[in-house]
Amino acid sequence: MRQLLSGNEATAIGAIKAGIRFFAGYPITPSTEIAEYMARELPKIGGVFIQMEDEIASINAVIGASASGMKAMTATSGPGFSLMQEGIGYACMAEIPCLIVNVQRGGPATGLPTKPSQSDVMQTRWGTHGDHPIVVFYPYNVLESFYLTVKAINTAYFLRVPVILLTDEIIAHMREAVELPEEVEIYQPKRKKKSPEEFLYYSEETIYDSEVAYFGEGYRIHISGLTHREDGFPTNKPEVIKRKLDRLKRKIEDNKEKLWDLEYQDIGAEVCLISYGISARTALEAKYIFEKEEKRALGYIRLKTIWPFPDKPLRALLKSAKKVIVVEMNQGQLINEIERAISPEIEIIGVQRYDGEIITPEEILAVI
Amino acid sequence: MKKFLKEEPQIYFSNDNKKIIKVIKYFCKGCGICIHFCPKKVLDWDKDFKVFAKNPNDCIACYLCELMCPDFAIFVEKEK
Amino acid sequence: MKEEIKNYLRLDERFPHILCPGCGIGTIANILIRTFNELNLDKNNICLVSGIGCSSRIPGYIDCDTFHTLHGRAIPCAIGVKLARPYLKVIIIGGDGDILAIGLSHFIHAARRNIDLTVIIVNNYNYGMTGGQVSPTTPKGKFTYTTPYGNLEEEFNIYEISKSAGAIFFARSTTYHVTHLKKVLKKALTKKGFSVVEILSQCPTLYGRLNRLGDAVKMLEEFKNRTIDISLIKEPGEIPSDKIIIGILLDREREEYCEKYERLRKAINEKRD
Ligand SMILES: Cc1ncc(C[n+]2csc(CCOP(=O)(O)OP(=O)(O)O)c2C)c(N)n1
Ligand code: SF4
Ligand code: SF4
Ligand code: SF4
Repeated sequence: MRQLLSGNEATAIGAIKAGIRFFAGYPITPSTEIAEYMARELPKIGGVFIQMEDEIASINAVIGASASGMKAMTATSGPGFSLMQEGIGYACMAEIPCLIVNVQRGGPATGLPTKPSQSDVMQTRWGTHGDHPIVVFYPYNVLESFYLTVKAINTAYFLRVPVILLTDEIIAHMREAVELPEEVEIYQPKRKKKSPEEFLYYSEETIYDSEVAYFGEGYRIHISGLTHREDGFPTNKPEVIKRKLDRLKRKIEDNKEKLWDLEYQDIGAEVCLISYGISARTALEAKYIFEKEEKRALGYIRLKTIWPFPDKPLRALLKSAKKVIVVEMNQGQLINEIERAISPEIEIIGVQRYDGEIITPEEILAVI
Repeated sequence: MKKFLKEEPQIYFSNDNKKIIKVIKYFCKGCGICIHFCPKKVLDWDKDFKVFAKNPNDCIACYLCELMCPDFAIFVEKEK
Repeated sequence: MKEEIKNYLRLDERFPHILCPGCGIGTIANILIRTFNELNLDKNNICLVSGIGCSSRIPGYIDCDTFHTLHGRAIPCAIGVKLARPYLKVIIIGGDGDILAIGLSHFIHAARRNIDLTVIIVNNYNYGMTGGQVSPTTPKGKFTYTTPYGNLEEEFNIYEISKSAGAIFFARSTTYHVTHLKKVLKKALTKKGFSVVEILSQCPTLYGRLNRLGDAVKMLEEFKNRTIDISLIKEPGEIPSDKIIIGILLDREREEYCEKYERLRKAINEKRD
């Protein structure tokens, strides 16, 4: 069945199809439609929606529900995302899977509630304190908002980490006709959990792809945000601390290849555009115009996975490029990451805009 | 996973063997709460500043020491 | 150690626990376990949730599901647990800073919603874990490391906050009144709805020392002498101003949130059928 949906709606539908049954949130433009959809639909299917007193409460309620075996998510935008950072760090440390949708708007502070922006790209990576990697996906249309939501939830459970779905005001609000599948594949852990006598929540044998016990299952687990041992109790032993932090890193390091997701066209061209989210739509438009007028190809790469940063695939794709143009709606965030990843021989130019207006194809064409 | 510690309590009997006071010395932090609030002044500090039962015969098994102890270090049993 | 106590403890090499000698928090853990035992609570159906602070260290030693969350965030985490698994007995334990300073908004909103949770507030009049700073319950004029000239601020009345926010039960007790404490905890744990137990507890290491209140024993003597049980008060006017009222100050009924939500789910689905 073809239906006309917004990006936010597609995200909400995808989340429920992927098993989300708990949503706690606090209204904020431009993410609110997700909460409203959940408030309507979750009670119909045995789920729970609750509007909390703020975003701090929301992320913590999500963590509580997830630790109790209910797939849980929240959705927010810049200011709310800032408030959630401590909780996201907790979810990393305590290894509680959940989905956080950040529909970007202009910042800092209250910024531009109704205007698009891509200025939280670095915040998703470095927003919390402490050392830990993170997984972030970024869709560029309504259909992909659906599929990347499903992927984000499955990834969260595969790795037992919080996963962030980054979108922006335009992707969230634009409507497109899409055909969604009735069912999606839901991740099931490969290893079953041990008996309560033997089970260790943070066992070093089961870093990812393993089933865990939840509250209320008779396992009497201890979940903690203090740096802990395999059984969850705090430790001060340097070797145990290091193993714990290495573990958080390894989850993502080991599975990078699986997480990386890029789309590309005409990679052999001398000049290549690199973008993501709403700006990638403009970049693609610029590519078509350029090719029509110039009768030669223009390379195009779009990142669906922002973090872990797909440095290796980018390096490989840009082997023959002479010039790279990075298109993003901020003062230049991912461009630095790209510069680090690719050969220093390649000229790199940024097309950036941060005035609340989207980048136009002409602005890109002007620098080619 | 539950690993039990060896408690090895010090055990004090009343002469009629009807009251038993057990002190897990290793848990006791010598705060003196039980010593002070025992209505019969049964308890006192030993040379290590831990608790011992000086007058187990006087114990009336009111359990106050056991209930007030912050460290799960003292238990009283009464033969029924 | 008695079997019924042992049953509820994780007696591993982390014992003796980390709390200071004579700290009232240990007594609270002791009485809490006895309450579980007397109520015959299945330890597989208890979830103890805490934030950060000395008081918040208790759950780690108790053998049930335990959830050591962020500073101030025990209540929203507990709400997530309760809504996901309504059959669990969800109990929150935390310090006056954890629940009434950084976590206050969660506390009053949870009371307003009347979610079936029991909140145990360990009121030791200061921040223990961070080394003795002022808290929302430090009495005016008292000394802490951040009120070196005496506290300028008025303290919170936790009972008034709980009552006006919508809690269905409020009781106050102390670490001296151990049998009384057990009695009110039992009552709180059997109520369906948002119940609050404030426990005055001695922090001899910091608050006691900074205010020259003596050791744990002296502080407990003060709890004994300065408190008056509400059941003994005949005329409200006759309570001397320096006395602290203990006992059950609030006990009422109101529909509980999880039950309301379950009814809502049923109603929606009946309408659809
Ligand atoms: C966000 C945040 N701010 C500050 C702290 C530091 N901190 C840890 S415990 C605590 C207060 C402890 O006092 P209280 O809650 O009264 O518990 P007590 O230690 O007295 O039992 C503070 C401020 C923290 N852990 N997290
Ligand atoms: S109350 Fe407990 S810790 Fe304190 S002295 Fe007595 S036995 Fe020892
Ligand atoms: S049971 Fe009562 S009388 Fe006996 S030692 Fe303990 S406090 Fe004293
Ligand atoms: S600092 Fe105070 S509250 Fe903390 S353990 Fe020591 S005595 Fe108890």
